[in-house]
Amino acid sequence: MLKIKDYKRIARDARKKIVIMHSRSNNSHIGSAFSIVEILVSLYFCIMRIKPDDPCWEGRDRFILSKGHAASALYAVLALKGFFPENILDTYAIDGGKLFGHMTKDVVPGAETSTGSLGHGLSIGAGMAIAGKYDKRKFRVFVLMSDGECDEGAIWETALFASHHKLDNLVAIIDYNKLQAFGRTNEVVNLEPLAKKWEAFGWAVREVDGHSFPRLIRIFSSIPFQRYKPNLIIAHTIKGKGISFMENKLEWHYKSPDETHLAMALNELKIK
Amino acid sequence: MRQSFIKVLTELARKDEKIFLLTGDLGFSVFEKFREEFPHRFLNIGVAEQNMIGIASGLALSGKIAFVYSIIPFLIMRPFEQIRLDICYQNVNVKIVGSGGGFAYGSAGCTHHATEDISIMRSLPNMTVICPADPVETELAIKCSVEYDGPVYIRIGREKQKIYYKEPEFKIGKGIIVREGDHITIISTGDMLKNVLEAARKLSEMNIDARIISMHTVKPIDAAVILKSANETKAIFTVEEHNIIGGLGSAVAEVLMESRCKNIIFRRIGIPDTFAKKVGSQEYLKEVYGLSVDSILKTIVEVYDGNRRKRNKKKSFL
Repeated sequence: MLKIKDYKRIARDARKKIVIMHSRSNNSHIGSAFSIVEILVSLYFCIMRIKPDDPCWEGRDRFILSKGHAASALYAVLALKGFFPENILDTYAIDGGKLFGHMTKDVVPGAETSTGSLGHGLSIGAGMAIAGKYDKRKFRVFVLMSDGECDEGAIWETALFASHHKLDNLVAIIDYNKLQAFGRTNEVVNLEPLAKKWEAFGWAVREVDGHSFPRLIRIFSSIPFQRYKPNLIIAHTIKGKGISFMENKLEWHYKSPDETHLAMALNELKIK
Repeated sequence: MRQSFIKVLTELARKDEKIFLLTGDLGFSVFEKFREEFPHRFLNIGVAEQNMIGIASGLALSGKIAFVYSIIPFLIMRPFEQIRLDICYQNVNVKIVGSGGGFAYGSAGCTHHATEDISIMRSLPNMTVICPADPVETELAIKCSVEYDGPVYIRIGREKQKIYYKEPEFKIGKGIIVREGDHITIISTGDMLKNVLEAARKLSEMNIDARIISMHTVKPIDAAVILKSANETKAIFTVEEHNIIGGLGSAVAEVLMESRCKNIIFRRIGIPDTFAKKVGSQEYLKEVYGLSVDSILKTIVEVYDGNRRKRNKKKSFL
């Protein structure tokens, strides 16, 4: 049984891998990857029923990274969980590489869906949840979205649908780091009151510190929050979390670490 | 053709529990029996086509065969990116059944017309595009689509009359030679076949013997039957109730231009790159845009005779 300090160590390892992946490839979205590390580690190392050596096991919990631009974080966590050899991470977003910059189905075991255009994952997840109910299977479908993604109309089409069909096996998580591609969410298109909106659409809503393992695990362990209601978790996070000079900075939606940044980042991760 | 679709899908759904039917709030007086018989495999998603395509993808990723249905522009153009990414990119087993091919929704207006759909769907990797000609081809297309593992777009029209007296051999990607002929070949897709057959009857009275191919599958296109006809007849005409750009005519032209058949007379007949500017029924709009029996006949005779005369002239110089 893993302890909180183990989860923290895994998260640190994941961040090391992520910073190296972005540095090697010059690929964007490192800030978006860092804000979801604790969420992914909680799910893959504690909450989800999965078998890394049998990735297509029918009873598995499904995970869809609807914010597909943060693929580096999911690839790193999948590798650490043993879905595929860690050296494949070296092929992230480079010429002739194996891993696209955005999440791509079947390029490695454990990659369930292809995403990268926002607003697609929740409806795919709802389809899986419907299939699960029909087949009387107990698996749950986790969909991780970004806050900016909630600007997409398609999200709200599914929000209506999932509550109408009482999909309590569907779990949507919003990575609420309050920064989207070209500004702060409350300045671009204000989402607030976000929890009330989802509640009004018929979802059972919880809010959590998206970087606290004890709190994330407690919330995830209480799914379904309410019988017959789809679950929504608003995870309050910090974009670029874990590297001081990246935290809460819009520019790290785009920039990739150069050699100096890389050395500084690895140094910070070593001290912690 | 809608009735044939639901009739055969109901039969298939009895045998195959994987089949689901999703609709974007359409199908009044058509889908009620299916809904009654399979309440848990019928989903009215509501007027939310993006969500519908995503859900279909999720079902297919969970081992189901998802049929999605709506009027073509709402079904494929509104949620185009969902079709591209959630269905084609992930290559999942979803069948997209669109009603109202061409001007079928006639006087409803251009919002409901499907005149660019073949072109759009043909350009998507992994997508198969089928435009059945009549209720018989519709049933066969639906059956074949279930046996085929992957995305299929089926464009159904209004034609209620059967063209085939006996069941033709129907294979995805294989055109059906509906009428033999030695002089010219007319390749038709969708329910233009009825007008094309009538035009051929009139051509025979003028001693022009037309071979007719029902090219129900526009992608993958049956290059073999096109090239065979290009070698065996003197001219190839394509007829489609679709924009002249990017549909059947373009697909056939691609095959011909890359072949060695350089002397073939070739003409595409379709809607001349326009939205309908007149109000009227499907038949009326076909008439306006050159797709009535007489317009097809006129175009063929002009092009074929014109070329024949030119060639004879050349010969007399020699």
